[in-house]
Amino acid sequence: MLTALILADSRFPGGGHVHSGGLEEAAARRLVTDEPSLESFLHGRLLTTGLLAAGFAAAAARGEDLELLDLELDARTPSPAQREASRAQGRGMLRAARRAWPSARLASLPASPHQPLVIGVVVGDPYEAALTCAYLAVSGPASAAVRLLGLDPFGVNAIVAALPVEEVASRACKELPALGSPALDLLAEAHVRREGVRLFGS
Amino acid sequence: MGANHGPDPHDHHHGTAPRIGIGGPVGSGKTALTAALCRALGEQLSLAVVTNDIYTTEDADFLRRAGVLDPARIEAVQTGCCPHTAIRDDITANLDAVERLEHKFPALDLVIIESGGDNLTAVFSRGLVDKQIFVVDVAGGDKVPRKGGPGVTTADLLVINKVDLAPLVGADMDVMISDAHRMRGELPVIAQSLVETPDAPEVAKWVLAQL
Ligand SMILES: Nc1nc2c(ncn2[C@@H]2O[C@H](COP(=O)(O)OP(=O)(O)OP(=O)(O)O)[C@@H](O)[C@H]2O)c(=O)[nH]1
Ligand SMILES: [Mg+2]
Repeated sequence: MLTALILADSRFPGGGHVHSGGLEEAAARRLVTDEPSLESFLHGRLLTTGLLAAGFAAAAARGEDLELLDLELDARTPSPAQREASRAQGRGMLRAARRAWPSARLASLPASPHQPLVIGVVVGDPYEAALTCAYLAVSGPASAAVRLLGLDPFGVNAIVAALPVEEVASRACKELPALGSPALDLLAEAHVRREGVRLFGS
Repeated sequence: MGANHGPDPHDHHHGTAPRIGIGGPVGSGKTALTAALCRALGEQLSLAVVTNDIYTTEDADFLRRAGVLDPARIEAVQTGCCPHTAIRDDITANLDAVERLEHKFPALDLVIIESGGDNLTAVFSRGLVDKQIFVVDVAGGDKVPRKGGPGVTTADLLVINKVDLAPLVGADMDVMISDAHRMRGELPVIAQSLVETPDAPEVAKWVLAQL
């Protein structure tokens, strides 16, 4: 449980703070401007990308074949920018994890694995891994919204606390989902092509 | 590190290039100093630069346009609105950039990492750089060295830049330099103007002595 808490902590040095999960692009397009629009963005992200990632974290924690899972997640992530963002965060988390929780299974991961796989291997318990992954799918964009839009941090925190993160984590433990999130794919692709001001890696 | 989990990415004393961080407040002359060091040392050393722009790739673009270094040797990282986090608390994005450069140019002698302009408390993590330079300028007021903060007091080198502007902004150089020495004890201080000495000879000499 402590491992899950450490990974989910925004102070964990895995490179997560430079990723907004599409929020920067959504804010630049004024699709997210205030608390209600942020809530709807986070809800959508949790039930698509969040559930998908959590399912892979749970599967990795159950001990399923990591190479296969990595390919399966690629196949379920049509946007190259989203794949790269997931692998960049996986690489960062892996760098920190190798120091903190070295193991043979961790060492068997590729150099830039998808982040949910690292979470699954490090946390070990499927539900805790899914919960960590689902939470991270919304906590990053929520924090980016505070930084980019100057939203009230108490309001944003209350939105995150009310999201059905546990429910999503339970569902993620049952089967490997294959959800699409075309809006997030488009935002991610637009974001990497953005000229000029870009504060986040994704 | 144990044998079963590969090389330690922080352990840059094994075949990877030394890294020097350049930090300091907004506009103090970090990019100008980086460019000066590239001009002064680029011939004799295999150099690479990582910039941490707050907003854009402005600093990286400036260095590329200035023609002081092969553009392929310059990487820019995004800092998610928190430049100090990216050089201190979570150095992942910077380590990724350094590793990309080391991969492209295996025989690097030095990597310079310019931080985004930040406040007086922003210093580089020892996990990211071997040595760090903190750049302040006279236009920020001659109070800056005595205000202290980890940048001024602990950086391996303090540079007081833009001394050419001192008469125009009413900064007392004697006060600045003596306050700086008082705050820093034995640690070195260099006062310079990149307008008067565009190749930053004293800083370049200090950098060479660190390698
Ligand atoms: N007069 C004078 N101007 C200088 C000197 N050094 C730099 N400048 C100018 O100061 C301005 C800011 O310099 P930069 O090198 O961009 O400063 P910086 O610290 O990299 O700025 P940020 O990255 O935005 O925080 C530029 O217009 C430089 O030309 C100097 O010694 N004297
Ligand atoms: Mg600069």
